[in-house]
Amino acid sequence: MATLLDIQGLTISFPNATPVKDLSFQVAEAETLAIVGESGSGKSLTALALMRLLPKTADITDGSIRFAGEDLVNIPEPAMRERRGRDIAMIFQEPMTSLNPVLTIGRQIVEVLRLHRGLTRAQARREARDLLDLVRIPDPDRCLDDYPHRLSGGMRQRVMIAIAVACRPKLLIADEPTTALDVTIQAQVLELLDRLRRELSLALLLITHDLGVVGQWADRVVVMYAGRKVEEAPPEPLFNDPLHPYTQGLLAASPRLHDDLHYRDSRLSEIPGSISSAVKEKGCPFVPRCPQRRDVCRTVFPDTTMAGLGRSVACHAVTPTIATGPSLHDAAVRL
Amino acid sequence: MSTMTRLAKVLRRTTLQAVPTVIGIVILNFLLLQLAPGDAADVLAGESGSATMETVAALRARFGLDQPVLVQLIAYLDNLAHFSLGFSPRYNLPVSDIIAQRLPGTVILMLTALALALAFGITLGTVMATYAGRWPDRLISVGITLFYSIPGFWIGLMLILLFSVKLGWLPSGGSGTIGTTVSGFALVIDRARYMVLPALSLALFYIAIYSRLTRAAMLDAQTQDYVRTAAAKGLSPFAITFGHVLRNALLPVTTVAGMHLGGLLGGAVVVETVYSWPGLGRLAFEAVMSRDFSVLLGILLLSSLLVIIANVTVDLVQAWLDPRIETR
Repeated sequence: MATLLDIQGLTISFPNATPVKDLSFQVAEAETLAIVGESGSGKSLTALALMRLLPKTADITDGSIRFAGEDLVNIPEPAMRERRGRDIAMIFQEPMTSLNPVLTIGRQIVEVLRLHRGLTRAQARREARDLLDLVRIPDPDRCLDDYPHRLSGGMRQRVMIAIAVACRPKLLIADEPTTALDVTIQAQVLELLDRLRRELSLALLLITHDLGVVGQWADRVVVMYAGRKVEEAPPEPLFNDPLHPYTQGLLAASPRLHDDLHYRDSRLSEIPGSISSAVKEKGCPFVPRCPQRRDVCRTVFPDTTMAGLGRSVACHAVTPTIATGPSLHDAAVRL
Repeated sequence: MSTMTRLAKVLRRTTLQAVPTVIGIVILNFLLLQLAPGDAADVLAGESGSATMETVAALRARFGLDQPVLVQLIAYLDNLAHFSLGFSPRYNLPVSDIIAQRLPGTVILMLTALALALAFGITLGTVMATYAGRWPDRLISVGITLFYSIPGFWIGLMLILLFSVKLGWLPSGGSGTIGTTVSGFALVIDRARYMVLPALSLALFYIAIYSRLTRAAMLDAQTQDYVRTAAAKGLSPFAITFGHVLRNALLPVTTVAGMHLGGLLGGAVVVETVYSWPGLGRLAFEAVMSRDFSVLLGILLLSSLLVIIANVTVDLVQAWLDPRIETR
């Protein structure tokens, strides 16, 4: 599979903080890449940077975002606008507030169809109806003239997905798409996303903090901590044999059914401390919470090293250090 | 549910609520005015300068002012039930005739002022929100602070001084050229020339309010999630502002504008006096001075109806703008 999105050394800065530092990863066509990390790890900012929709005070200060061979960091805003919603689409965490309350569902879908595909009003309406059908909304004809407040959260997220895939984008960014939904609805929405990924052959960038979601739906996983990528691996090796102490801590902190672990019987495992300030400049940001810390960790951020097929990790404690070989993505491509 | 059925429901609910409100207002107004010292007979007698106790008593008997308050109230309500506003001792005419004469002038002036205020206020507010913190925002902000803080009568006098006295572009008072024979479009132009200055002096204060309100509401709406969604669709800033932000931002503006529609009548008293505009505001002022309570009650009833109509209109506009508003 060819590389669709290639991010190299992405750095996002606010006037007095750098929440994303030197972040590199790739997404191949029609694959699902999950980015996991706790709140404040910079995953949502990364997504907004891909859309060039960062808050006014934030800026991409370094690195490149190559999408289908084109550097999105430097193209002018009107050209970027043409790509938004057509080539790269995004759905957000809050389906309850992400739709405009005073416009009908139909109008909000038709809007994007007419903008990017130049359809007439009638064509766009038919297409919108088909899209609602595609995302499995019951009675799509009635839904077209309904207002968002009459739909449930899950239905609204389906509408958001319909808007996002309306122009058959190559990349769909889903920023915590199921966080605000009931557990039963979560599975349905993720299933829908995965089905659309296969049917429309779009790449899915799934941003989440839910490891269960990652294990079931992702092809590859990027673990972020304090704005940096600390580990990257396919889900199975990541879950069975996590390399980075942070990933190990995360997995230990997630109770699983077969562990027979329950909070009534014993204390659940946790990672001590809290996510460190993103202002910190030197060394590994995980040092204060790391059970395997060494002296070198306080001064130097570890290089990203290959650790087997399709795996990489950035940690001084992981040995033996394999010399930086071909990039992880090349390995994935050969797969 | 379609937009029309939704609006019909809102209309029916608000109309039913209006009936007890009007009855309450009538009774309260009547009783409050009884508390004011003096009556029409006193004023008439005072003006004639030669009244005796007997003639004053005869005047009172003639207008029914010597009856107990309760009897007068029941007589007034009886009149109202027959769609009569009573009789003015001072003008010697039915109250409804006097009001009907003055009403169109005031309504036209108020609606023109409100339309001007909304048009300029929303436009300026949109410009300010678009350039928030930059020089167009600051410049307009200074201007509207002046509009807000300068009293209406002073602005009225200054506008007359500039446009009528110095430049001679517009008439200084009245509501139309006396003895004019023009008709059709020329008549509209003639009336409009007399309308500009009073409507403007009435509107400036409200322009200030609406532009600040629009600015704040738009800045608030701009941070909403659905605006980010609109941006993620690839819409231009223009399309986002007019397609997604403005309609949401108009909700608070319509609420406040509706409340102002009733208040405009109060502002009209001053402006109508400055521009000698023959309207209800001046009539109300004269009725107070001459203790002509039947005229005053008629105007108060009318203005309370105006406020109720304004509220119903706001409810309808809100229901039209915001589909989440439905009958409860």
